[in-house]
Amino acid sequence: MSSSINIKKSVIDTLLAGLLSLIVFGPVIGILLDGYDFTTRPSLLLTMVAIVMVGRFAISLFVQSEKGQMMLYKHQNNDDGVIVLPPGHKSKMVYIVPIAIIIGLVAPFVATKYILTVLILGLIYVLLGLGLNIVVGLAGLLDLGFVGFYAIGAYGLSLGYQYLGFGFWSMLPLAAIMAAVAGAILGFPVLRMHGDYLAIVTLGFGEIIRLILTNWTSFTGGPNGVYAPLPTLFGLEFERRAKQGGTPFHEFFNLPYDSGLKYVFIYLSLFMVVCAVLYIKHRLVKMPIGRAWEALREDEIACRSLGLNHVLIKLSAFMMGASTGGLAGVFFATYQGFVNPTSFTFFESALILAIVVLGGLGSTVGVVIAAFVLTVTPEMLREVADFRVLIFGLLMVVMMIWRPRGLVRITRTGFAVRKGVA
Amino acid sequence: MKQDNILTVEHLEMQFGGIKALNDVNFEIKRGSISALIGPNGAGKTTVFNCLTGFYKATGGAITLFANGKQTRVGKVLGEPFQSSDYVNPAAFASRLRYKMFGGSHLVNRSGLARTFQNIRLFKEMSVVENLLVAQHMQVNRNLLAGIFNTPGYRKAESRALERAFYWLEVMDLVDHANKLAGSMSYGQQRRLEIARSMCTNPELICLDEPAAGLNPAETHALSSMIRVLQKEHNATVLLIEHDMGMVMDISEHIVVLDHGEVIARGGPDDIKSNPKVIAAYLGAEDDEEVTL
Ligand SMILES: Nc1ncnc2c1ncn2[C@@H]1O[C@H](COP(=O)(O)OP(=O)(O)O)[C@@H](O)[C@H]1O
Ligand SMILES: [Mg+2]
Repeated sequence: MSSSINIKKSVIDTLLAGLLSLIVFGPVIGILLDGYDFTTRPSLLLTMVAIVMVGRFAISLFVQSEKGQMMLYKHQNNDDGVIVLPPGHKSKMVYIVPIAIIIGLVAPFVATKYILTVLILGLIYVLLGLGLNIVVGLAGLLDLGFVGFYAIGAYGLSLGYQYLGFGFWSMLPLAAIMAAVAGAILGFPVLRMHGDYLAIVTLGFGEIIRLILTNWTSFTGGPNGVYAPLPTLFGLEFERRAKQGGTPFHEFFNLPYDSGLKYVFIYLSLFMVVCAVLYIKHRLVKMPIGRAWEALREDEIACRSLGLNHVLIKLSAFMMGASTGGLAGVFFATYQGFVNPTSFTFFESALILAIVVLGGLGSTVGVVIAAFVLTVTPEMLREVADFRVLIFGLLMVVMMIWRPRGLVRITRTGFAVRKGVA
Repeated sequence: MKQDNILTVEHLEMQFGGIKALNDVNFEIKRGSISALIGPNGAGKTTVFNCLTGFYKATGGAITLFANGKQTRVGKVLGEPFQSSDYVNPAAFASRLRYKMFGGSHLVNRSGLARTFQNIRLFKEMSVVENLLVAQHMQVNRNLLAGIFNTPGYRKAESRALERAFYWLEVMDLVDHANKLAGSMSYGQQRRLEIARSMCTNPELICLDEPAAGLNPAETHALSSMIRVLQKEHNATVLLIEHDMGMVMDISEHIVVLDHGEVIARGGPDDIKSNPKVIAAYLGAEDDEEVTL
């Protein structure tokens, strides 16, 4: 470990970074389209490139200094792998969970309507993340078409209401079942495949669903989308005028109409469902089925040699994940009030996958945090909306360098040792 | 139906493209015995194991297992192509369709045959106890609702599974490592854990693929006595592949020697030791040359 500073290396690094940023930013910032014409903006481009170069030079110098070397060394050796907790370990979650529940229940009554909608979106992504986490994080099956199940849930609510007259509460379990069935139909033939093949087939599945929704205009309304009903509270509706044959909430209680009230109700229903799903997830990982999923991720051949039917176990992971995605879809539809196919593009699948990877494959708490980070941050960054995807990409790169195994460290429960059983 | 043999292999043949890895392999394994399958590297020993356990579908011959009170034909549970007679016999058709859809090597394990692997296959990022719990998947309470609501019946089943896990940890001398990650243990411990894990599936026949590879003499010695314990106290029949001739000659009653995919000798340790064909195969030596195995 030498602490002498090599200026030449830093200069080369800086020039390289400058060149790269010129290539990346050149077309994005340097050229401004104006109708069929364009104007160049060299000054802005040069400022950006200069910022990158100065930054790179500073980092290069720092890394070569004594302190920087030490930091690098620490990072290379930081063992953020899996650890087994000692038996009888008391998790801090015992305190955090009740506090989180109370905050979650109070939030809608103090938050503004805008914040509430952001929170709802965050919770929807928590559901999506939890669903995909079962498939990717626990069972180790790379699913790039998860948005398909999300779409099935969302359209299930809309179309079920339109054609069969089912309301929100009957469609909620039905949509979950529909998504699970779709997962089974997709899964049975393809789950014998491995890694890359599975990823491509699922990617195709997501796109097929979206194309069907776009092109089957007579049934799904095509690109125009369809109306989605709001949830009701024992037949009381949250719209100004009753649409589903009940009484409006505000008329029943003689209150003035408040358009924010429906969001409060959606939020509370969603919050309940998320809590239930979190609890089920928490149990699943300790149950035989959850252990089998993880074992399958670790070594499929060993699983088969132990009498585990790998196809059925993968299928169960796929169906569980899909049904959670379906639930999220129902809430998304009701929250938007209507659905159309543009909400279910591949980018959405990638975003959900990013949540799972960022949170830490297999970690429940990590997924919850990552879902909020990735949905709330873009809302806060509205001013730089054009660069959202760029910032998103940078965030992913930084994460992969800093914590390649996700935000939250994976822990495994320890078991009290039983002696003298032999 | 108490058969003398727990396993019979008849005319087993395995072809990979143009390579014939196994050619007309025949042997039987006596119930309750310790037998060994030996042979030079590349002789096809692991391939035999993969055929027995259903990881490879043998291209010819029959493997029959007499365990768990029934007779299992390995080829059948892996799913065979339909025969023309199936189209007039609905029962046979249904059975074949069932094995085609849901069959596979897991069914071989469920009929009483467990194995370990030459290059250890543990669930490395799971704890040692969890490795053993996964192996008991078919014996625990797998009801989803029972698990989610943590019913007394479910808790009892889990507790029994833990008991069994710790039982095998004790037999294999691993109790102190119960709450470690499987991948973080030493090589010898990982080998023993793999055996414990296979035993958790309650097999009648256990196939060990080079269990002593990479162990030091003391560990090998301990392993030999553990294998004897499996045979004596747990009614397990043991079939092992091993290169350590001292160990093989010491513990096995019956030895099958494989070379270039063919059985060149079968018999007790003393017959094998003095068999000129075996000596030649092992050392590439002249028949009359003096060698000791
Ligand atoms: N999956 C496979 N594909 C092609 N050839 C294989 C395969 N498995 C084994 N073989 C061939 O079969 C022969 C026997 O291998 P193996 O059974 O592993 O020998 P060993 O007796 O050392 O365990 C080798 O020549 C190997 O190349
Ligand atoms: Mg081998």
